[in-house]
Amino acid sequence: MQTGGSRSTGKLLMDRSSPGRMGVVPPPLDVPAQEMPDQALLRGNLDLPEVSEPEVVQYFTNLSQQNFSIDTQFYPLGSCTMKYNPKINDEVSFLPGFAGIHPRQPVETCQGALEVLYRLQEFLARISGMPAVSLATLAGAQGELAGVLMMRAYHQSRGDAGRTKMAIPDSAHGTNPSSASMAGFDVVTLPSDRAGNVDLEALHELAGPDMVGVMITLPSTLGIFDANIVEVCRVVHEAGGLVYGDGANMNALLGRVKLGDLGFDLIHSNLHKTFSTPHGGGGPGAGPVCCSRALAPFLAAPIVTKDAKKKAGDDAPEYRLAQPEQSIGKISGFHGNFGVLVRAYTYIRTLGESGLKSISSNAVLNANYLMEALRDIYLLPYDRRCMHEVVFSADLQKERGVSGLDVAKRLLDYGYHAPTMYFPLIVHEALMIEPTESETRETLDAFIQALRDIDRESQENPDLVRQAPHTTPVSRLDEAAAARRPDLRWTKRE
Amino acid sequence: MLAAIGVGSVDDLFLDIPEEFRNPSLDLPAPLSELEIQKELAGFAAKNRPLGSGPSFLGAGSYHHFIPAIVKALMTRGEFLTAYTPYQPEVSQGTLQVIYEFQSLIANLFGMEVTNAGMYDGATSLAEGVLMACRVTQRHQVAIADTLSPDYLKVIQTYCQAQGIQIQLTQAADPEVTGESACLVVQYPNFFGYLEDLSRLSDQAHRQGALLVVSADPMALGMFQPPGHYDADIVTGEGQPLGIPTSFGGPYLGLFTTKQQYIRQMPSRLVGKTVDSQGRTGYVLTLQTREQHIRRERATSNICTNEALYALASTIFLAAMGKQGLRQIAELCYHKAHYAAAKIAELPGYFLPMSGTFFQEFVIQCPDSPARINRRLMEQNILGGWDLTADSNGSAPAWGRDQRMLLCVTEMNSKEDIDCLVSALGEFN
Amino acid sequence: MSPDDCKYTQEHEWVKVENAERGQALVGITDYAQDQLGDVVYLDLPQAGSSVHQQDKMGEVESVKAVSDLFSPVSGQVLEVNTDLLDHPERVNEDPFGQGWLIRVTMSSASELDGLMSAAEYESYISGL
Repeated sequence: MQTGGSRSTGKLLMDRSSPGRMGVVPPPLDVPAQEMPDQALLRGNLDLPEVSEPEVVQYFTNLSQQNFSIDTQFYPLGSCTMKYNPKINDEVSFLPGFAGIHPRQPVETCQGALEVLYRLQEFLARISGMPAVSLATLAGAQGELAGVLMMRAYHQSRGDAGRTKMAIPDSAHGTNPSSASMAGFDVVTLPSDRAGNVDLEALHELAGPDMVGVMITLPSTLGIFDANIVEVCRVVHEAGGLVYGDGANMNALLGRVKLGDLGFDLIHSNLHKTFSTPHGGGGPGAGPVCCSRALAPFLAAPIVTKDAKKKAGDDAPEYRLAQPEQSIGKISGFHGNFGVLVRAYTYIRTLGESGLKSISSNAVLNANYLMEALRDIYLLPYDRRCMHEVVFSADLQKERGVSGLDVAKRLLDYGYHAPTMYFPLIVHEALMIEPTESETRETLDAFIQALRDIDRESQENPDLVRQAPHTTPVSRLDEAAAARRPDLRWTKRE
Repeated sequence: MLAAIGVGSVDDLFLDIPEEFRNPSLDLPAPLSELEIQKELAGFAAKNRPLGSGPSFLGAGSYHHFIPAIVKALMTRGEFLTAYTPYQPEVSQGTLQVIYEFQSLIANLFGMEVTNAGMYDGATSLAEGVLMACRVTQRHQVAIADTLSPDYLKVIQTYCQAQGIQIQLTQAADPEVTGESACLVVQYPNFFGYLEDLSRLSDQAHRQGALLVVSADPMALGMFQPPGHYDADIVTGEGQPLGIPTSFGGPYLGLFTTKQQYIRQMPSRLVGKTVDSQGRTGYVLTLQTREQHIRRERATSNICTNEALYALASTIFLAAMGKQGLRQIAELCYHKAHYAAAKIAELPGYFLPMSGTFFQEFVIQCPDSPARINRRLMEQNILGGWDLTADSNGSAPAWGRDQRMLLCVTEMNSKEDIDCLVSALGEFN
Repeated sequence: MSPDDCKYTQEHEWVKVENAERGQALVGITDYAQDQLGDVVYLDLPQAGSSVHQQDKMGEVESVKAVSDLFSPVSGQVLEVNTDLLDHPERVNEDPFGQGWLIRVTMSSASELDGLMSAAEYESYISGL
């Protein structure tokens, strides 16, 4: 509801334009004007807004206030790790000595940046238990693509080209099968057993000379630590395959176990989830790949290497960019999402081992606390110790005519962001809740109460829940209409 | 809390991890306080030479442009910065409307019908454009103009390596496009800063049923005809010039546009306009069945998290610059670059080996090795251009030759900077 | 309810013979299928003139958050595609056995129909799902 002097965001920028208005006035030309090119090469019209600086500030500020965010709300969105990210991490990434350097400048003039990257590689190697790291990949999904291309290159380098099948659990994120397919592999689904672990019998059947390997998320998207994981790695290795780890859920394991120790050959880490970059409405992220010695030659380029100092006072550059010998190649324009990498370095450096361990401790503690407090009301399809997130099913509520979606939408009215819904695909009416480590017990208790209240509402006044949300800037949107007749941009009014 | 859960200690929550692997030592340095880390990082930052600390003429895919203060002030608002992908539209209208604005303004700038919500960067966006062209045409050969950035070419090779796609480099001046070609790929302006003849290239591609795929510099489109004007089918670009710092190569922003008829083959997210249950306008993620979380192994791409925060930055930038501002900035780049080029061409031992229309970058032939020249320039705190001999891959006419340098001049370079460069270059001959 | 003049597949397609002499038949998806899919937003259908084969994938139907394969209930040649669905995919939800038909085919072997379910058999099949 717009009232009084508050500024409406109803009009788009182009409809706010007033001829001649400018938000920024460029400086005058300080060199003699040069001959202009052929007129035919120059554009006539350029449809961009004509608005003043205060208008821009007011419009975007008012738009921002229509968002839920971690800074304003509890955001228990499962598998996304919506935790508080210390502001210092953002601030340092904006230092002119970092934000203001060019990716192609001579290595002598960016040793500080390269040293940060080198140290981050070392940190990630120690945390993952894997000796080699490439920071070049720009998001988790791109880390996956690099990883599966490395698996392909590894098998090919051994003359083992008959491996075409990638086994992926039925609970996996969609990026896993999609990445495997971009690497030219056929995806075969690995079922979960009743306890939510990888079904070993099914794995035995798939493991053979045509298997590339498996892609496993640990803890799984069901929020559980696969009890068979060591056996899974053994079976895959015995068949000549490789074990890829999707590090999306590493927040649960920091300092508790190294994936390399368990038998994983390579993983990617979602730095924006685990190592502190605010999600920014959907990125940027970073998805470094960590791997075993055997896979190191195939890492995406570039990696940062360190030369030994020959003697004191030697001013030759110590840090360089290098291409691994059998690299899958260059996968991004330059050296990775540096600004995100600086944040991750800062985060790890300010936490140390004890701090990282307290993250996994509190993340897992909070999730288990929620599980216990809600288990009498919401169904637990996998009733066992959870890790950093807990997956409930709203099947009981559904029987009363209120779906998981309705429960999630009603939470918005209570001022909480919704959990992840309808994922993993193997759980009916899934509500996947990840509280993260950075929430207080008071917040968790209030959230528990809200979910209990909504369950009560679903019995007493189901329509209230079914039509939720009621207090948000807009109510439920017609997504079918949006998809049937896509309106994807502003157009000039006739 | 432990009592409520029914365990004695936090360690009991981790008993599913096999005991022999539990609680390893990480061997990390002792933690630093915020005060200490600030100092440590300021120290690292001080070992780098930022572009703003002296005359800088390096471009080649990453550009030093002016960023108005409001970009950072608005994009770092917690409500934008700490929100997730807008999966719950009722509480994400801010982000969704921004992306719709972004899609609109980029479509206008590129002269194209539809824009997606963004890709990782210019290189990967182009690689995805190539994959999309193969899907659209059901062909598996790709003709790439030899004036494309060598790094973009490498990224395309990485993306295509497992999909049975053949990549053929071809001369931009007279490209070989056949009935087997999915697309012709060109950069605009090209890697050397010069405008390709898109009108001719478009004809040559379309005559063979191939798509024209263009990677365009959005800043150049402040003054030059957009690729859409030449009937390009897929136009990608590096969004970094639009309000994003050079930041040692990332995070940047991939721009991706195409024609309406191809939207179902597009990668990445799209935001659409619709109405809520009370008839009010609102925005949602749409056409999601293309994406990995629904179509899984048959998705158009595996892309998920992209660069939404920088799509916001570029939208704020374009709003603030506006119709006139962007044109003026582009023209400042043009005039300054041409002033610099003319001055350098007058120096003994130097000349411009390429002809045609350039925007803000141009190639100079030097009397000495660019590496040596750049070292000497740096002694005077001038960051020189990109050494084209470093990019030698033997496939393109303009590199692989000695003593050529790619210089970039933008609105950030004052006349004094340029004169200083010219005079320093004049010392070699 | 499923009309008696159609035959049904386990994948929830129907086929209705319009002209037995010429072997012409209409193909669509059932009311049960449209209900399970939710709002249909897009259909990817075979082109007129192309051939389809019984039980083979002939296209896709998309709802807001799901994609399902369409399988042809019979073999033959596609005579006509319901182009009205391009602009109005909602017809499949509103009238699956009528205006929401998908393609018109010339069957190559009418005997394939014998292997499909009758309306009563289909009703009992879906009640067991």
